[in-house]
Amino acid sequence: MQSDKLRLIWIYPDLLSTYGDQGNVLVLEQRARRRNIPVETVYVRSADPIPEQGDVYLLGGGEDRPQILAAARLRRDGGLGRAVERGASVFAVCAGYQLIGTVFGGEEGQPVEGVGLIDIGSRRGERRAVGEIVAEVDPELGVPTLTGFENHMGVTDLGPSVRPLSRTVVGTGNGDGTEGCYSGRVLGTYLHGPALARNPGLADLLLSWAMGVETLPPIDDTWHERLRDERLGTVLGRQ
Amino acid sequence: MTQLPLRAQLAAALGRTAAALSRATGRGDGSVIGGRIGLVFEPDLLRQLAADRKLVLVSATNGKTTTTRLITSALAELGGVATNAFGANMPAGHVSALAEDAEAPYAVLEVDEKYLPEVLNTTGASVVCLLNLSRDQMDRAAEIWLLAQKWRNAFAEVRTHVIANADDPLVTWAASTASSVTWVAAGQRWRDDSWCCPVCGGPLDRRDDDADWACRECTFRRPEPTWVLMEDHDLVVDPRGARWALELRLPGRANQANGAIALATAEAFGLPPARVLGRLRDVRSVAGRYTSVERDNREIRLLLAKNPAGWLEAFGVLDPPPVPVILAVNAQGPDGRDTSWLWDVDYRVLRGRPVRVTGERRLDLALRLDIAGVPFELARDVDDAAATLPVGGKVDVIANYTAFQQIRAEFGRAV
Repeated sequence: MQSDKLRLIWIYPDLLSTYGDQGNVLVLEQRARRRNIPVETVYVRSADPIPEQGDVYLLGGGEDRPQILAAARLRRDGGLGRAVERGASVFAVCAGYQLIGTVFGGEEGQPVEGVGLIDIGSRRGERRAVGEIVAEVDPELGVPTLTGFENHMGVTDLGPSVRPLSRTVVGTGNGDGTEGCYSGRVLGTYLHGPALARNPGLADLLLSWAMGVETLPPIDDTWHERLRDERLGTVLGRQ
Repeated sequence: MTQLPLRAQLAAALGRTAAALSRATGRGDGSVIGGRIGLVFEPDLLRQLAADRKLVLVSATNGKTTTTRLITSALAELGGVATNAFGANMPAGHVSALAEDAEAPYAVLEVDEKYLPEVLNTTGASVVCLLNLSRDQMDRAAEIWLLAQKWRNAFAEVRTHVIANADDPLVTWAASTASSVTWVAAGQRWRDDSWCCPVCGGPLDRRDDDADWACRECTFRRPEPTWVLMEDHDLVVDPRGARWALELRLPGRANQANGAIALATAEAFGLPPARVLGRLRDVRSVAGRYTSVERDNREIRLLLAKNPAGWLEAFGVLDPPPVPVILAVNAQGPDGRDTSWLWDVDYRVLRGRPVRVTGERRLDLALRLDIAGVPFELARDVDDAAATLPVGGKVDVIANYTAFQQIRAEFGRAV
């Protein structure tokens, strides 16, 4: 942590918060509080500068046009890149995931320059991927099976310096059998909206990166686990 | 009315027969099947049925069904009004509604947001009412900025009079290509889809205590409204500056907005508020919404909420604590199969009252409430939930679309 508080920075809720993205902030806040870690969240609107002293930066999903606007504003601001160089963590979802790469597809499929935090390139695919997704996470990360919902038309190619976050069991993800990616403490995924609600293990990975610890004390995950069991059971059961 | 061509008459009659059969066999209310059959027989049926009528189309993310009902009641002052009262809001439903009442000189049709351009094009409706646009069932609905763009294109092509909510920036942007617009300040409680300018993407300046909005970076701003809803006082100010107390039976701020739009629409047909307010006040419940039923010695009231903006409005209608609330959430096709939207709803307002959670996706809601710090209990269904609540008291139920329909069916469509 940079200070005596864990600082969460939610980037551009006015542009990148199409569908429940706030859930990721709420889950991280709650998991920190239940472990007596003081936490502060800053909501940064797109007209405002990105604070550079955050611990975890969150980017949500968005429609094509807001995504292009957000990328342009983030490039102009430059603060997010400086925070990452300093060692901050980033969790980026769906449109946010695409725009932290070098390039992504705009509303007509045209290439749009991304923020370039990690070496991935996205483009518009043939068909929209809409539905439940299940994926097995890179064992290096020690995170249980991912469960979530995807809703995008993107295909994402990973460069040599990034690793896939997971391999899909159900769903489309990056389009090549992998889902999401990570590089250092920057992590992106096509699991849209409140991805951390169904994947508290992923939330704890981000918290442990931010705290600089290997493990965190366990907390009561009853409702997370019941929902995970129900979703994984239902989705894998219909295979 | 002009006589329909023979083929259209036959198609309409076939559709009516199918609808009657559907009702008689208990398969449904017939409002879709009849229209589908009619359209197969005569694809031009909708245009022919709409011709020579004065037609109003009503579209929005929320409030379509209720506003359609209010406007229908108001226009009944002038004569017969055909309408799709059961919320079948795509072309097959429109055909059924118009065929059911082929003689009515007026028609008021609720239209699904995606179908508005097509239906406007086909029918050439004289008036279109636009209430609001916000995030809704994203796994199947169009993205809303894209939807607003399609509305703009439609109004640029088809000459019609639009009655639009000037407090919703996206609706304003959509309506502003129309040849004539009546701007109504009908309010906007859900603002999380309108912090950015639809024209340039710049920040919209707006204050919590003020309806006015303007882009900081371009010239796009709220148009001057000619009708104004003063929601704290339950008043509507008409273009002449006269104030009218709404006093609707339908509860809540959202229905005040629907009422204000209905008054502005009635006036477009030459009906001043004095002639229609009584008719608006007579509307008590709409397709089961807001109805109270007596069940196992409890007074259960049903509220429908399909998306974050709808839930926000429903919370505003709840009886104050300690009146308990039952929440029911499904994720079938019509609800959207993705429950992510639950995280856009601020459930903390439910603290301090008994909360029961049911529906096919009750575990999604349970986790959401746990994170929001709202104590709750799980229940199998509404009866199971109600059984744990005090006998003789009131209970509010908020349900999303298919959960609501299941409850109505359970209650034997007594509502």
